[in-house]
Amino acid sequence: MILSNVIAQLLNGMVTSIEIFLLTLLFSLPLGLAIAGGRMSKFAPLRWLMKIYISIMRGTPLMLQLIVVFFAPYYVFGMTLSPDYRFIAVIIAFTINYAAYFAEIYRGGIESINSGQYEAAQVLGYSRLETFFIIIMPQVFKVILPSVTNEVITLVKDTSLSFVIAIPEMFTVAKQIAAADASISALLVAGVFYYVFNIIVAFVMEHLEHRLDYYE
Amino acid sequence: MSLLEIKNLKKSFDDNVVLKDISLKVERGEVLAIIGPSGSGKSTLLRCITDLEEEDSGEIKFNGTFGLVFQNFNLFPHHSVMKNITNAPIRVQKRDKDEVYDHARMLLAQMGLEDKEDAYPCELSGGQQQRVSIARALAMNPDILFFDEPTSALDPELTGEILTVIKDLAAMKMTMVIVTHEMAFARNVADAIIFMDGGVIVEQGTPEEVFSSDNPRMKDFLGKFYD
Repeated sequence: MILSNVIAQLLNGMVTSIEIFLLTLLFSLPLGLAIAGGRMSKFAPLRWLMKIYISIMRGTPLMLQLIVVFFAPYYVFGMTLSPDYRFIAVIIAFTINYAAYFAEIYRGGIESINSGQYEAAQVLGYSRLETFFIIIMPQVFKVILPSVTNEVITLVKDTSLSFVIAIPEMFTVAKQIAAADASISALLVAGVFYYVFNIIVAFVMEHLEHRLDYYE
Repeated sequence: MSLLEIKNLKKSFDDNVVLKDISLKVERGEVLAIIGPSGSGKSTLLRCITDLEEEDSGEIKFNGTFGLVFQNFNLFPHHSVMKNITNAPIRVQKRDKDEVYDHARMLLAQMGLEDKEDAYPCELSGGQQQRVSIARALAMNPDILFFDEPTSALDPELTGEILTVIKDLAAMKMTMVIVTHEMAFARNVADAIIFMDGGVIVEQGTPEEVFSSDNPRMKDFLGKFYD
């Protein structure tokens, strides 16, 4: 196959990869915060539930989680799902996996804030919600940004794992072309795509970090 | 009626009794200094009065609002000096924005920091940060201002500028309760002094009375400063 055709086909896959990437971030970043809240809760059962959840999500392969989320409704519950579920399963699996990692990052960031910040806010009459969103979270974002950048870069590459349930994202497409052509050129092009994608991600995150440099 | 009245306050952390039985009164316009060795319960007393700790028993009767100046300033590092001072009056007290900004500029001028309103705390010296935190507390128009060792985190050469600010506030009849290790300062500025040791008030009265006390613990404590 000619290179321009390869690239054209890969571009379709790439759109799917970017969709997986963006939707995963959209859902897992807020979900991770909620999980971190549960993980730090004063209510012990909730705290333990979240601890176990995080432990399982971090302790088993994401590829396995993708397969389980995709097949469990049918094999465990006997449900027949529409063809659209394939893509939904990918988003669910990535979201619940990444939310666990983000939860631990949030927790580290929140625990790094000096208790004097809460006390100063309390004395000034801020409510607990105001304290969290006006005083604590803006500082947490700055602290956790480098760790979040790491996860986001990993996510770009992890989207390729969706090939296990045959989502037509970039890596799946590249593998198909490579097999049909008996050539690795499609895989190399895909590699370049992932790399450029991550350079852009790194650039954006660096810019964000820079914008938070106005204080130490 | 006293502005602040505390009766039989008791507080323990697990088995450690920090406040045994504290009673005191603060009148409007009065400056009270609380002195005593480390671990005597001074800071815990202040933290109970300001609701940062919950007392085990006793009564805290308080007819007004308070501000608290911390040993470590606890300014919000992501907010400018101006926002540190104005945000709570605007958001919490729902006061008019222009009025609050005028008030804040006046307080900054009073603190000698009129050119620092756009600075961030990390760009200021410790003494400047502490002055901003005093302005932040004053911006809430408190009836009483508490200081928890306001100079303990500062280099000796920066201590003076904070003590001067507190002295000026005393001259303006601001009601203040100051936990401090600055003996000469307490003696000069305070109307009343409380000496605490081991969770109890060992001695209280005017500076002359307390500093000339025959109480052996008081003498022993003061001896450490003047030897």
